[in-house]
Amino acid sequence: MDITKLTVHELQEKLSKKEISITNITKAYVENIEKHEKDVQAFITPLSKEALEKAKELEAKVESGEISGSLAGIPIGIKDNICTKGIRTTCASKMLENFISPYDATVMEKVNSENMINLGKLNMDEFAMGASTEYSYFQKTRNPWNLKSVPGGSSGGSAAAVAANMVPWALGSDTGGSIRQPASFCGVVGLKPTYGLVSRYGLVAFASSLDQIGPITKDVKDSAILLNVITGHDEKDTTSINTEKIDYTKALKNDVKGLKIGIPKEYFGEGIKPEVKQSLEKAIETYKKLGATVEEFSLDIADYALATYYIIACAEASSNLGRFDGIRYGYRTENYTNLKDIYRNSRSEGFGAEVKRRIILGTYVLSSGYYDAYYKKAQQVRTLVKKEFDKAFEKYDVLLTPTSPTVAFELGTRSNNPLEMYLADICTVSVNIAGLPGISIPCGVDSNGMPIGMQLIGNKFKEETILNAAYTYEQETKFRENYEPTFKGGAC
Amino acid sequence: MSKEDYEIVIGLEVHAELSTKTKIFCSCPTEFGAEPNTHTCPVCMAMPGALPVLNEKVVEYAVKAGLATNCTISRESKNDRKNYFYPDLPKSYQISQFDKPLCTNGKIDIEEDGNVKTIGITRIHIEEDAGKLNHNEFGSGSLVDLNRAGVPLIEIVSEPDMRSSKDAENYLRKIKSILEYIEVSDCKMQEGSLRADVNVSVRKKGAKEFGTRTEMKNMNSFRSIVRAIDYEAERQIEVLEEGGKIDQETLRWDDVSGRTFSMRDKEDAQDYRYFPEPDLVAIRLSEEYIENIRKNLPELPESRKKRYLEEYNLTEKEAKMLTASKYMSNLFEQALKICGNAKAVANWLLSDISRILNEKELEPDQIPFTAEELAKMIMLIEKGTISSAIGKKVLEELFENPKDPEKIIEEKGWIQISDEGAIKEVVMKILQNNPQSIADFKAGKDRALGFLVGQAMKETKGKANPKMLNEMFLAELNK
Repeated sequence: MDITKLTVHELQEKLSKKEISITNITKAYVENIEKHEKDVQAFITPLSKEALEKAKELEAKVESGEISGSLAGIPIGIKDNICTKGIRTTCASKMLENFISPYDATVMEKVNSENMINLGKLNMDEFAMGASTEYSYFQKTRNPWNLKSVPGGSSGGSAAAVAANMVPWALGSDTGGSIRQPASFCGVVGLKPTYGLVSRYGLVAFASSLDQIGPITKDVKDSAILLNVITGHDEKDTTSINTEKIDYTKALKNDVKGLKIGIPKEYFGEGIKPEVKQSLEKAIETYKKLGATVEEFSLDIADYALATYYIIACAEASSNLGRFDGIRYGYRTENYTNLKDIYRNSRSEGFGAEVKRRIILGTYVLSSGYYDAYYKKAQQVRTLVKKEFDKAFEKYDVLLTPTSPTVAFELGTRSNNPLEMYLADICTVSVNIAGLPGISIPCGVDSNGMPIGMQLIGNKFKEETILNAAYTYEQETKFRENYEPTFKGGAC
Repeated sequence: MSKEDYEIVIGLEVHAELSTKTKIFCSCPTEFGAEPNTHTCPVCMAMPGALPVLNEKVVEYAVKAGLATNCTISRESKNDRKNYFYPDLPKSYQISQFDKPLCTNGKIDIEEDGNVKTIGITRIHIEEDAGKLNHNEFGSGSLVDLNRAGVPLIEIVSEPDMRSSKDAENYLRKIKSILEYIEVSDCKMQEGSLRADVNVSVRKKGAKEFGTRTEMKNMNSFRSIVRAIDYEAERQIEVLEEGGKIDQETLRWDDVSGRTFSMRDKEDAQDYRYFPEPDLVAIRLSEEYIENIRKNLPELPESRKKRYLEEYNLTEKEAKMLTASKYMSNLFEQALKICGNAKAVANWLLSDISRILNEKELEPDQIPFTAEELAKMIMLIEKGTISSAIGKKVLEELFENPKDPEKIIEEKGWIQISDEGAIKEVVMKILQNNPQSIADFKAGKDRALGFLVGQAMKETKGKANPKMLNEMFLAELNK
């Protein structure tokens, strides 16, 4: 039995039957990291040694009855923009290369209170800006399905580590598709919760009105389990919603009879790869077969979503990243004689090209004289996008789209063309703009064996609906039983 | 043309630190004077990932200030980010309010020589204070202290309704007094918890358009505000008279040289790139919430003044002066409670105490002694234990080294001489040494009596009972 191929709920079962131990699990993952990390390069800060020690300690505590809980001893990987006390949080940036947070993000407090084991901090695009993880200051993570391909981004390290069985599951963050798109590229499940469902406290902000933390997992049930852990009102984040806690695993009914699925036709138009389209069409047929009603409709505003997204995200980012000024923490230039130099040189030397591009773009759209034409206009369009989705959800329970118009592309093919890179987000950004939940699940592979992702979008706080729809499809098609990453393409 | 042909136009932006226990977006204490960077946390230090949470008390205090200045309270308002780089601003943006402030459209009355003038208040909004830079304390470079970062402020923006430095002073005194009365700010100007940006322009009398204005930032004493306005108005008039034009610019007032200096002009004016703060939700206030604050608003200076006129038989001027400062007025009421003599307490506060405050350039809240000590001193005079001349000396002592007045007079040996024999001895001695005065008195010069009493007081170092001296001199002279 290869422990690392098991889902978390399978691990839980075996743990409770005492078929395996906590140290067995962590050891198996540490060994797998040793085996694959040199090819995949998903970790910025691996914590194998600490994890093994923690596993021993937890195992003793569980045996003595000091602690209990169904997730005690389950390992996890954390995207490196989620603050971890005492462990460096780099955001994959030179700016924070040696930054150690003095506090834990709220989601980390929750993960820690479940006695999970942190296997390491995972690679990403610098400050979560990118769609391929190539914009990391440290390394380029590879796609376990083909090492010449990108894992997607920005949570590429998280998705690749889950796909390569180097962690059983991971936390990512999603501002415009950064959980769903890499999940799609890596053949795993990625859920972006409704804005406000998960506390953002301790998530290094990229675009505050769009960011959400969410799970990247091997299957839908694990996604529901990890969502249970991280949701809940947080007094430290006033945008987090104060509602009753839901057990999302209870929503997994394996039944979609009567479910109304809307297909926004704009997502299937120009730019979508034929094999992606075919795979999605097959998935639609599966849903029909399972008793769901499926209807095509037009989401008129979709064409404007990408431009709107980049204006709002960059505007907020330009302000959020101002705090990295070389004064209190993070990188400070050695070349300065005055204050202006500290600012200019620390930021010029500490940030990568894509981050600077977005700061400049965001500064521009907020500048007096341009504010009305860009930022204000984008906010107006944002309202229209929300309304358009509201209208759609009057008719449908779930919207079904591709997660990305393509499968994972090869390294280096887009990283020098920002516009091409931005297009990778085209199917996912409107979900963030409208603050909706979206999940990406694998729905097949293309002729090269690269996974294809399907995105299910729900109405606000209807995570249960999309989780059940995803779960039912997954039970029917059993992607994980049919396909697995091959690590082909060789070390580069 | 001359100076008299011009009209000065002044508008004030007053920043008041709110006296909430904790900061505006985190639970760090707001206390002044702690060790640098000890009142800080991830939020006010702007650590990555930290988020602000709005302190509800700040909203309450700002609404109080709005109601006390006759503002309309917005049922819905929001926070905005004001972006700029400076080392005392850890987030590189200040959370403030841009286009939807909490309070708008208020007004207050100011008074000068019985003339009442209404000054409009454009808006009051909430925002966070920045930290402090300590320059050169440890060799070269600057050190950042973030204790003040995130201390809540309200900014009160006036209409350009003031026409003289006196107007500006009266307005600021009134604002200070109101904020003290409603207990939302301690208004300690010397600690920077009340400061003002002063906008000044001039125009020909009768002109409809305003002139180009200059702004002097962060002024924190009445005296420098008055001097700065007078200087700046005169400077602007001179420039115009010489055919020049005024540049819209930010100036720095230098108290030592008594001049303004250019800090930055409009060309390098900052573009603050305001946009709505996405980390905070909108501020929505119910009608009940606002009404509840209105109902519980403490007594304001106007109504307290009225009460003084009715209850204590004080003059209009006395009542006005006493109530101008809440601290002074509270001192009055507390001392009055103990000694029961309103007129005497008012006199001491408004004459000798006010004079000493003036000389020492202190504000009433810096009076070092307690109401009890003041009341005791007054009672000692009433009982005849000390003369009022000694009272003045006790007062000086209370300012220097405040303690129980009884102890002071005991230690200094200032107890009044009321012993008949002792007084007679002094009287006889003085008469013996001043035959000329006796002659003057007999010749009808009443002033001579005053002189003799004065000499006797001098002889006893002010300790002789003046009433007894008077009587005894008269008796002896008329023999």
